Amino acid sequence: MYVAVKGGERAIDAADQWVRSRRRGNRTLAELSVAQIQEQLHLSVARVMAEGALYDPQLAALAIKQAAGDLVEAAFLLRAYRTTLPRLTDSLPVDTGRMRIERRISATFKEVPGGQILGPTTDYGQRLLDFSLLGEEESPDANPEAPQDAQPGARSSVKRSTVATSAPLRVTELMGRDGLLESEQAAPGDPQPADLTREPLRFPAARPLRLQALARGDEGYLLGLGYSTQRGYAHTHPFVGELRVGQVEVSVIAPELGFPVVLGEIELTECQMINQFAGSDEAPPMFTRGYGLVFGQGERKSIAMALVDRALRAVELGEPETAPAQDQEFVLSHCDNLEASGFVQHLKLPHHVDFQSELELLRRLRADHGTRES
Amino acid sequence: MSDAEFNFAYLDEQTKRMIRRSILKAVAIPGYQVPFASREMPLPYGWGTGGLQVTCALVGPDDVLKVIDQGADDTTNAVNIRRFIARTTGVQTTTHTTKATLIQTRHRIPETPLKAGQIMVFQVPQPEPMFRLEPRETERRRMHAMADYGLMQVRLYEDIARHGHVATTYDYPVMVEDRYLMSPSPIPKFDVPKLDQSPALMLFGAGREKRIHALPPYTRVEPLDFDDYPFERQRWESACALCGSRESFLDEMIMDDAGTRQFVCSDTDWCGAR
Repeated sequence: MYVAVKGGERAIDAADQWVRSRRRGNRTLAELSVAQIQEQLHLSVARVMAEGALYDPQLAALAIKQAAGDLVEAAFLLRAYRTTLPRLTDSLPVDTGRMRIERRISATFKEVPGGQILGPTTDYGQRLLDFSLLGEEESPDANPEAPQDAQPGARSSVKRSTVATSAPLRVTELMGRDGLLESEQAAPGDPQPADLTREPLRFPAARPLRLQALARGDEGYLLGLGYSTQRGYAHTHPFVGELRVGQVEVSVIAPELGFPVVLGEIELTECQMINQFAGSDEAPPMFTRGYGLVFGQGERKSIAMALVDRALRAVELGEPETAPAQDQEFVLSHCDNLEASGFVQHLKLPHHVDFQSELELLRRLRADHGTRES
Repeated sequence: MSDAEFNFAYLDEQTKRMIRRSILKAVAIPGYQVPFASREMPLPYGWGTGGLQVTCALVGPDDVLKVIDQGADDTTNAVNIRRFIARTTGVQTTTHTTKATLIQTRHRIPETPLKAGQIMVFQVPQPEPMFRLEPRETERRRMHAMADYGLMQVRLYEDIARHGHVATTYDYPVMVEDRYLMSPSPIPKFDVPKLDQSPALMLFGAGREKRIHALPPYTRVEPLDFDDYPFERQRWESACALCGSRESFLDEMIMDDAGTRQFVCSDTDWCGAR
């Protein structure tokens, strides 16, 4: 009786078996390996690491395999695993100024010191389906190594000879020197920022906490919100001051040693957005900033994040708060795709007790309605 | 999941301590929503992650666990949660309300009266009773601080003016010890009187919203109402088709394509025991 809901253990086990079999697909084809996903679907891996809030390409690839390519589900699997890991220590802040650059562009200047480094990008090519990839054989143009002059990246720069031995200075630093751009300064006393993974998000949330929430927020959601700021819902007049992708070192200070030890490198994408100026009686007009930082090569997300970060600074910068992207309770309460996906889909769970209560009331109201009319 | 790779009851001990501290605070201030650093769980948000974290923080090797969803032990979500806790702890599970020390529930309170020493853990989708009236947490915090609940009274009044009844049938707002307005989670109105002066400890966990609230044993819990429109429980014309009960919450079932209806107890343990 009522098998639709009261499936019981056997039905759950059968459903799980079916999922596994679906995931494996046609068994005459080779099984996809986690290493293949990690290497060949690295942009999916990057997104899952960002939204899963855990930098581990292998486990992210495993999650993608297990989720049969559902990236939100994969981020969920990764986050559910992450929650079981003890927090041993905090790393030192990573220095993106010392990034080992793969790609670095500025939209605000034709030429910048250090050059415009295109790196691996599809931005300047045509989105035509490449039918050569249909073949099972290795595609002819897939060189085993990156192009020779792509170390660290193919330069469009005229100063092709000036290979950056050290990381190029950030464009925002160059502008900051002239006072044209607001300086990023820590709050008085440089307090330890709150940690979103250890404390619940409370409002109003300070910028460090907002950035943490945005960094692991859903890419699609931030993209839509960022886009809305470009279409009249909160004007911020943005320019990509600099977008850089590359490897940064992660260091910790081991208590028994007392000096920083490098644990390894992680890939990051950083977007420094330069926005319309604000001035006041105390300060002359200057450009303001929006900031985006995500794991892996995540350019779309980091740009969208920078747009939304800037929009959320409306109150601080004395701008009228009129658009959804400026409302921090609206933006931050709904940006986590684990929370959103879970709660939207929980409507699939049985609700017959609540529904029964509504039925009972509706019948009573309809009965009352009948007596009133007669 | 191989059980050896995970801690007892899934969460690490620091996290359990953090949750227990929040629970203690919630018990100390009945009805007040205590923010806690909710963790991701291997179940999706909306499936009961808040209740699950409370249960995982409290469960010990000697506990006997019961899990229900919509009153029943055999609904898929209840089965899944019971299996998860059993698998990560090895504790004994039961469907009998009287034998359980810890009962996790979604949307119901068992019909069998609870005893002192038992703990009920509710899964809570939205701990804030006023969220439909005021979406901003900053503003609602002020309202709770001032015990300014006029907005909710006005809403109930408007229901009566429009429909002749309060049109809230589940998640009915209650006042706790005349101080905090509280959401009892989406239990039906029918179950609300069971909260008042209950000998069992009632804990409410909201994972996605990152809040825990509590009712210590023997707390005064009153549904919001008016002198001339007192709170009413749901009633049924029918009795349970299986056990004949007339005092329990009944689920309505459509038996065939002709739309034949049958009513049975929502609480499967209660129904089976009769």
